[in-house]
Amino acid sequence: MTSNSEGLIIDGVVSYIDRDNIDTDQIIPTEYLKSIKKFGYEDYLFDGWRYKDDGKLGVKKEDRHINQDFILNNKPYSESKILLVRDNFGCGSSREHAVWALRDFGIKAVIASSFGDIFYNNCFKNSVLPVKLKKNEIEELFGLVKKDIVELSLDLQQRTIYIDDKHKLNFKVDDHLIDRIIYGLDDVDVSLKEKEKILNFEKNRMSSKPWIYANE
Amino acid sequence: MKTLYDKLWEEHHVTQLDSGESLLYIDRHYLHEVTSPQAFEGLAKKHLKPWRLGANIATPDHNVPTTRGNDFNSNQIKDEISKIQVVELDKNCNTFGIKQFDIKSSKQGIVHVIGPELGYTLPGMTIVCGDSHTSTHGALGCLAMGIGTSEVEHVLATQCLKVSKLKNMLVRFEGTPVENVSSKDIVLYFIGLIGTAGGTGYAIEFSGSYIKDISVESRMTICNMAIEAGAKVGLIAPDKTTINYVKEKSFLDKKTFEKAENYWLNLKTDDGAKFDNEVVIDVSKIKPQVTWGTSPEMVVNYDDEIPTVFSANDDNKRSIELARNYMGIQNESKLSDLTFDKVFIGSCTNSRIEDLRQAAKVVKGKTIADNIIEAIVVPGSGMVKEQAEIEGLDEVFKEAGFIWRDPGCSMCLGMNPDQLKPYERCASTSNRNFEGRQGYLGRTHLMSPLMAAYIAINGTVGEPS
Ligand code: SF4
Repeated sequence: MTSNSEGLIIDGVVSYIDRDNIDTDQIIPTEYLKSIKKFGYEDYLFDGWRYKDDGKLGVKKEDRHINQDFILNNKPYSESKILLVRDNFGCGSSREHAVWALRDFGIKAVIASSFGDIFYNNCFKNSVLPVKLKKNEIEELFGLVKKDIVELSLDLQQRTIYIDDKHKLNFKVDDHLIDRIIYGLDDVDVSLKEKEKILNFEKNRMSSKPWIYANE
Repeated sequence: MKTLYDKLWEEHHVTQLDSGESLLYIDRHYLHEVTSPQAFEGLAKKHLKPWRLGANIATPDHNVPTTRGNDFNSNQIKDEISKIQVVELDKNCNTFGIKQFDIKSSKQGIVHVIGPELGYTLPGMTIVCGDSHTSTHGALGCLAMGIGTSEVEHVLATQCLKVSKLKNMLVRFEGTPVENVSSKDIVLYFIGLIGTAGGTGYAIEFSGSYIKDISVESRMTICNMAIEAGAKVGLIAPDKTTINYVKEKSFLDKKTFEKAENYWLNLKTDDGAKFDNEVVIDVSKIKPQVTWGTSPEMVVNYDDEIPTVFSANDDNKRSIELARNYMGIQNESKLSDLTFDKVFIGSCTNSRIEDLRQAAKVVKGKTIADNIIEAIVVPGSGMVKEQAEIEGLDEVFKEAGFIWRDPGCSMCLGMNPDQLKPYERCASTSNRNFEGRQGYLGRTHLMSPLMAAYIAINGTVGEPS
């Protein structure tokens, strides 16, 4: 277990996309799921919006037709670690590539009023923090970011977003999920500590529900 | 008093971890080429082997070309990058000893189509796959859900899934629909009603007189799209219909089957069990449904007006405007004002034999409309294809001008050669109309196989007959 003290605070400029239901196909189009690697997805994040042409795996960013109007193509947003969106972010597919693209781009936290279930889960396995806020709080943040460049500071342990000296918002996340981001725990290692219990369970199941194991 | 979901949960509950999450034992694990390579890599790095080999069944589906004919092998895939993924699955299945219905197999197909039809999906099982449409298998009374690649690795290594319990939602479909309204229309209507986030955090049990009346295949279409309503899990209690379906596909011996059957028929929600949310829908009022926008919830009766920014409240205005723009809907007020370019009948939602029979009935003896550049039928599996050919459905389609393909995900998503070109408008029986889903800048309208067949013949939306 390695403690990652940097992981306790996420801060910097907030980039934003003012849309509901941003689905996994928009976060990363299916073409890029052909990669068998776990890293290197940064250039394909929001591909359909970031570029004005149809991308192919392996084609370099420099050779693409960049959409200068898209927020993540412009400084300081292109270096943002925090992304603000609206409702139901990450709905759709179970592909972890969607989180990998955000992670590889450098996004460490996504703030939304709700998330797709599987996507939400996948985030914690890749040290991306999904933050759920109420709709009116999201509205408030959009009000701010649309006026000016906004820097936020997210304190994972306090579950707090600091907007300025006077102003903060609280959010809820289960402890064990936050721990996973802070400590980068490996699920397989943790679960294999229960090996005996799994073996016992399986033995009982084999005798009570033999059809599950037929043909093995 | 417990719900079916509660019972399946308890039945598979191994232990609770310090984190508060539970380890749930997994009976069946399906794999395909897209979400598994990184999981196998992780397993190898940890020097682990699959916990229980026999639990795993693999098949390539997303990347496979659908014009491959016989004797085609993975190395013949033209797209170099698609090929790597399919070859990688071959390699991983060989290395680890996992059973695969590979690209050459007559039983290859979309993973959610082959599982049930080959008898690997059985009532009462927990089933996972690195694919959100795993909810399909819930139609047979399974606790089935999509998982990410890290979880694929976890299931391979531990035979368990680390999860927290979902809330319970009951959706009762009551009544009898009018003719030519299929389970696809019913589920699209439902998604339009509760929205794509309406089921988030829930396991949805579908019940009611309508569900009792329909086939397992129709039920699969409904559970398949539970994820489009935001729910990871959709399920339907096993009944006689389920048992008959399973019996036909089963490789179990008679004695084991009978023992199982008794158990399966008792798998149901107790009378009086509490749900966190309940929805009742009278299906007799539902008309054929067609999506107009870029989210499955953007759906209307086939003959209704397409929503405009003027008709919307402030919350929806932005989404409607973006969707109309993307879909190229300007002054058209109804779906029947739009002309279509392509027709796709296939995907894990609607590529089973029942779907093909319905579509074939509509096209029989007719010819596809002039404006339709291409109409393709992609059976969900080798078995479906074979059955359809025995029944002569392939000929019906071909005579009408359709192209008859080999099994795969095909135009459901742009990973293989079957894709829309920019701005092409497609009548599709698949499940997602997201931007770019069927190809860069492509425009997808979701609907039933009946409506897709109707559009192939008539060029636009109308009343299927
Ligand atoms: S048919 Fe479409 S939705 Fe189904 S598994 Fe294939 S890509 Fe996914």
